[in-house]
Amino acid sequence: MTAVATRINDFVLKIATVNGTGSASANGLLMKALFRMGIPVTGKNLFPSNIQGLPTWYEIRASKDGYSARVAHVDVMVAMNAQTYAKDLAEVGVGGYLIYDSTWPREAQLAREGVTVLGIPLAQMVNQHFEGARVRTLMKNIAYVGALCALMEIDLDIVRGLLEETFAAKPKLVEPNFKAVRLGYDHARSQFNCPLPFRAEKMDGTRGKILIEGNAAAALGCVYAGATVGAWYPITPSTSLMDAFEGFCRKFRRDPETGENRYCIIQAEDELAAAGMVIGAGWAGARAFTPTSGPGISLMSEFIGFAYFTEIPAVFFDVQRVGPSTGMPTRTQQCDLMLAAYASHGDTRHPVLLPADPKECFEFAPLAFNLAERLQTPVFLLSDLDIGMNDWMVDELSWDDSYKPDRGKVLDDQALAKIDKYYRFFDYDGDGIPYRTLPGSDRKGSYFVRGSGHNQYGGYTEDAAEYQQVVDRLKLKWQTARTLVPEALQRKARGRTDIGIIAFGSSHGATVEALDRLHGQGIDIDYLRLRAFPFGVEVERFIQDHRTVFVLEQNRDAQMRSLLMLELDAPPDKLVSILHYNGLPVPSDQVVEAISSHLQQEAVA
Amino acid sequence: MSFIAKPKVHWEGQEKNELGLTLSDYEGGLSTLCAGCGHDSITAALVRAFWELALKPEQVIKLSGIGCSSKTPAYFLSGAHGFNSVHGRMPSVATGAQAARRDLIAIGISGDGDSLSIGFGQFAHAVRRNLNLLYIIENNGVYGLTKGQFSASADPGSKAKKGFENKNQAIDPVAVAITLGGSFAARSFSGDKQQLVPLIKAGLKHPGCAVIDVISPCVTFNDHLGSTKSYAYTRAHMHAAIETDYIGAQPEIGVDYERGQTTEVTLHDGARIRLNKLAVDYDPSSRAHALNYLEAARNRHEVVTGLLYLNADLPSFHQIAGTAARPLTQFSYEELNPGAEALQRLQQAMR
Repeated sequence: MTAVATRINDFVLKIATVNGTGSASANGLLMKALFRMGIPVTGKNLFPSNIQGLPTWYEIRASKDGYSARVAHVDVMVAMNAQTYAKDLAEVGVGGYLIYDSTWPREAQLAREGVTVLGIPLAQMVNQHFEGARVRTLMKNIAYVGALCALMEIDLDIVRGLLEETFAAKPKLVEPNFKAVRLGYDHARSQFNCPLPFRAEKMDGTRGKILIEGNAAAALGCVYAGATVGAWYPITPSTSLMDAFEGFCRKFRRDPETGENRYCIIQAEDELAAAGMVIGAGWAGARAFTPTSGPGISLMSEFIGFAYFTEIPAVFFDVQRVGPSTGMPTRTQQCDLMLAAYASHGDTRHPVLLPADPKECFEFAPLAFNLAERLQTPVFLLSDLDIGMNDWMVDELSWDDSYKPDRGKVLDDQALAKIDKYYRFFDYDGDGIPYRTLPGSDRKGSYFVRGSGHNQYGGYTEDAAEYQQVVDRLKLKWQTARTLVPEALQRKARGRTDIGIIAFGSSHGATVEALDRLHGQGIDIDYLRLRAFPFGVEVERFIQDHRTVFVLEQNRDAQMRSLLMLELDAPPDKLVSILHYNGLPVPSDQVVEAISSHLQQEAVA
Repeated sequence: MSFIAKPKVHWEGQEKNELGLTLSDYEGGLSTLCAGCGHDSITAALVRAFWELALKPEQVIKLSGIGCSSKTPAYFLSGAHGFNSVHGRMPSVATGAQAARRDLIAIGISGDGDSLSIGFGQFAHAVRRNLNLLYIIENNGVYGLTKGQFSASADPGSKAKKGFENKNQAIDPVAVAITLGGSFAARSFSGDKQQLVPLIKAGLKHPGCAVIDVISPCVTFNDHLGSTKSYAYTRAHMHAAIETDYIGAQPEIGVDYERGQTTEVTLHDGARIRLNKLAVDYDPSSRAHALNYLEAARNRHEVVTGLLYLNADLPSFHQIAGTAARPLTQFSYEELNPGAEALQRLQQAMR
């Protein structure tokens, strides 16, 4: 055994299994047990676009310092899938451990300098104690949880408590599951020198925190925003957003007496229809949204341009996945920035919100509806598979019951009674935002929505000046949007520096950790986290104030950097890209390395 | 879309409905379609149907897609909110609007290009969801605005104005609506006001998706239309030399014949269409019977008109969804917000 320093509450545990074998619940159990021990954790599910049979991984990072990003090595690997042994072994860092099912011994193939291989005959043990193929498969997973409890000192009582909660409705299942835990636990205790240097210890790092996926948080945000209509077409990785919305609505929006739903969810025939439904509902006065991913936005683009030009509020959740085309549906990227910012033909621009974690998904959802109605335009909330489908540890969500939805400029019958004539697209206030009326209101407020050329009065036009007046006002409205979207947040470096970094969304965790580590190496960098498009003046200022500005993003073509240049005339020489786009969440090590090597090169040159 | 306001002329002795409104109160802007267009006859029938039912214009939403037919919502019910959506997507917008405001009366105007080609999917799904929508297809077998291409309802063997022959099979929206599980499927002819007005009224009252396919001659590209609607048997003349940018005023075509009869209509180019009006004792409750009837008529080169199929008991969109009877937009925020405390309780399971 290679001697390594003990690492308490600071390790990466990765489990390699086969899709469809029920390992998700075992991995969730491990993650939650660590969380209940008070240890900050994040879990990344790296799964295939498959229902059964392909390799899948679950990566748990415990970080006493609260870092949530991936790091590019593994300390303890549980290799349950013979197909991927070689790859899994290669990922383990020097001094790390590989645990595998030694029912079929492979010691020779698995030998690697610097890695300790621990064989546990999981299948054999489980087969001796359980009957039935399905039960045996499931219990084998629970047994490795038990082994890890021994090897990494994960609290057995907490594990038992979690099992009791999980099987509250089927208490008979608690004992057999705990028995499987004990099998693994006892075997590890008797055969190995427990604990390993990588181990858990109770701490107080999760008080006031929860574990939640971004999609569930966004769905909850829609409920609290007062959204009543959701239309969608199933697509990975956004499906769980609508599933969660439906679940929350059943809980909170179903009349206990009549069983009537105070919501309407429509599974559309395709994304085109989903967009049309959202726009129809928005026109009719409901708060409506659709969750989708890049391919869906491509299909919805015609309607998005329509809603932009006809000024109808609509909220689009784009949970980004790897493109182009079908791409890798179960992998993550930040590749739809350009698509969302300028979706549809003609001159169009749309506000885009950029949440960095599930908590912001929850908070930005009501904001997205407010912006959509205030600005009368489609608004995007751009998360990604990493945020949307992984469990993140975030501060407990809170809600202010004094929240009132901002329905924007709507003239009701009383307001209509006070005016002589109603003009749909007239800019009374000079902010580029006209007044709208809703179907069903007084006849005086009726108008005809049309994607064809229209004048400020709402009438059809092909007149050059009348058309231009309308699109120029839309441009003015865009300036108003700049003042309404959430501003970028600056995190000043501890020391004075003329180097900056811009990042956003799920790259935030890796950025924070990288900057802390760079500070340790004597490199100080100011950090600006973008939270929305259009960019506010603070973004312009940040770029002006720094000699070099790194732009970290998870796509190949530096889309955010391009947006900054396009929208702010930012000097290209200043903006240095750090790009990560292989489909896995960006690891903090890569950010550290990219920055330090660039600065070294700069110093040499 | 018309941008010419139509002056509302009121005179004494003008007949009023229960709401005290005259027919002209149900009109819209001035039509910019070609003079003699069948679509204008349908607009007139709609105006009359809404007036006779004494519906408040502001209680109605009128939606359409793109094409000649889709321009027509601007020509009736100026007091109703209108929505001219994108090509073939009227049904989805209507679905969203109905989801939000189930109390409003929704009417969708579409055409054969809009509903049977680019929007075939949305047409199909509005029907199978049984959305509470009067869905009118103004069917002329031709793309008018792009000057005379075949639509999917053009019959095989019919010829385009430039002489091309259509070799594809025709889609019959009535037969399609029936096979999709539609609850109301009817056909009429734009010139048959006597039949069309009652069908529109029935469709407006129907608690589900009422599809009315209205054969509506295109005066400008009628060579093609004539052949389409008369199948191979009545083609008389070809007007290959007609200038498309000059459209002579022609009278709208009207018919008046009894139920159970067949009548031949001569279209603008002299081509004829044979209409078969359903007999008084026709039973619209059987899908199999309706489809057989349509097929037999098609073999005789006849276009069947009337209410082919009706089932008012099929669950509608909101019944299936279990939506509240009160329109969703009328719930206050307080009735929708679960509250801060509920959020705290919910998160106990997330630790």
